[in-house]
Amino acid sequence: MASDFSIETEELGRVYKLRENKKKGQAKELVALSGVNLQVRRGELFGLLGPNGAGKTTLIKILTTLLAPSTGWARVAGYDVLRETVKVRPCINMVSGGESSGYGLLTVRENLWMFAQFYGIPSKQAYQRIDALLAAFGLADRAKTKSSDLSTGLRQKMNIIRGFMTDPEVLFLDEPTLGLDVGASRDVRGFVRRWVDENPTRTLLLTTHYMVEADELCDRVAIINKGRVLACDTPAALKHQLQKEAIFNLEVSPLNGLGTAPFEALPGVSKVLHTPLDGHSQVQFFLAEEAALAGVVDTLTRNNIRILNLQKREPTLEDVFVTLVGRSMSEEEKVDNGNNN
Amino acid sequence: METTIKKNSGWRLFLQTIMGRAYPRVVGMQRGKSWIFFDTFLPLLSVSAYVFVYRALGAPEEYVGFVIVGGAMTAFWMNILWSMSSQLYWEKETGNLGLFILSPAHLMAILLGMAIGGLVATALRAGAIILVGSLIFHVQYAVTNLLQLLAVFLLSMVALYGMGMMTSSLFLLLSREAWHIANLAQEPVYLVSGFYFPVKNLNFWVAACASLIPLTLGLDAMRQLVFPSGALLGFLSVPVEIGALTVLSVVFLVGARLLLGKMERLAIREGRLTESRR
Repeated sequence: MASDFSIETEELGRVYKLRENKKKGQAKELVALSGVNLQVRRGELFGLLGPNGAGKTTLIKILTTLLAPSTGWARVAGYDVLRETVKVRPCINMVSGGESSGYGLLTVRENLWMFAQFYGIPSKQAYQRIDALLAAFGLADRAKTKSSDLSTGLRQKMNIIRGFMTDPEVLFLDEPTLGLDVGASRDVRGFVRRWVDENPTRTLLLTTHYMVEADELCDRVAIINKGRVLACDTPAALKHQLQKEAIFNLEVSPLNGLGTAPFEALPGVSKVLHTPLDGHSQVQFFLAEEAALAGVVDTLTRNNIRILNLQKREPTLEDVFVTLVGRSMSEEEKVDNGNNN
Repeated sequence: METTIKKNSGWRLFLQTIMGRAYPRVVGMQRGKSWIFFDTFLPLLSVSAYVFVYRALGAPEEYVGFVIVGGAMTAFWMNILWSMSSQLYWEKETGNLGLFILSPAHLMAILLGMAIGGLVATALRAGAIILVGSLIFHVQYAVTNLLQLLAVFLLSMVALYGMGMMTSSLFLLLSREAWHIANLAQEPVYLVSGFYFPVKNLNFWVAACASLIPLTLGLDAMRQLVFPSGALLGFLSVPVEIGALTVLSVVFLVGARLLLGKMERLAIREGRLTESRR
């Protein structure tokens, strides 16, 4: 009996061997992925959410047979990605954000036809499908444009069409809306959702560091950081875990070196995030109970800090990430870059 | 958008892959007209230099023909170096290699497509060099055996592109040094393969070692078959050279098949298919 899962991983890990110093020959290891256990159901639109360098792309490379895992195993479409690559490959396709695949001298239509040949799609059917997808993505008038003459956004649309063209059983989209403007991103998200909904055998794994994208699109989301999956559930369920906390956004006059420590010391305050802005500060308070807001306001007043705006808001996936990691995704990227440098 | 898509597998997929990968070479490369200048006019300049040197030295007139044919064949050697051997490195850099590998297409078919496309496109350039060079320098040809000439050319190409396919799998593991290695292989081969002079003039063992590069024997046999004095200047007899080229063709094609599979597995294990982390 066929498995209900399109993607399964168990204790999946990948360690890169880095050569730090060529003269001394010192080898350094980078753990890109560690102990990842995932089960993605057939027909599911599954999101991997995490900052740059979290391990999302490494996981996709393993699942698309481009990289061998160091530990554990993974199955895609029911086949082992390491031992049954020949069976996995006809079932999958992948599109990465910002990729420059294809050949600049060929037109958009020719590039797509070429990739269709690598999947054994007969030319007549390939052209029909290419033309339909070009129309669906608003690219029909660029069919005969050389791909080297396309803008970054239009090129990315061509790449996305390449992924859908072969109608794979499992499609991997790695940051697909990178480089796309707001309108084009919305179109792509709409198409992605419809594509999965049209056929219950299709599965799509999407990586993104755009919270809204994951929230809007995905049936389930796994939050990943430093190569480990920290949480995995529906966006609603992940956010629901936070609903016991009240989140307040305050815009205040500059904190002037006060920092977040006096607020974090207050009873009922779980977490405080401070973002200095031009001429004022934005502070987010995660409160165990709403009554703790009185203490926050009192502290601000005592320190002569004016409240410019106060807003209670619903939790987002960003808040879930902050709760799990202790930092926002952008802060986590900065820390990670700092460590790498 | 929901449609059932027919997808071929087996030999049909193999053939489709060859056609798909050959297409950018045959059509795409001819699309930019700059090749007429860079791939025909510029090689003719270096060929002309040799022609004038030979004429100044009073060398037999056949030597002019040797140079024209050699000049045309350099196009194939350049194609092997820059568009076959090191191609997988460039494909890796542009992100195509990962897409080739995760597709159901066999990498051998991708390489065959590259080879056939490159061969067709380069034959056009080589033909242009021979035509223009022969007209300018009034080269006289006297083909003694057309069948053997065709056999030599085809076998040389099969062996040469087979060698290109085999070395390309080695380049799969290289990063930027691929460019340096290709550069390193370019000029010495012009010398030891006798592109502009009969290879018989070299030491026997040097010529024998150079014969591992199929163009050495191919050029030598072609000169013997199209110029009256060619047979006198031949390194080995034409039938022996045809036999050697046949062996080289088989060795390189089988070698490419075996090495490619091994290198692909190694590259997947070491994570070298899509990134430069080492």
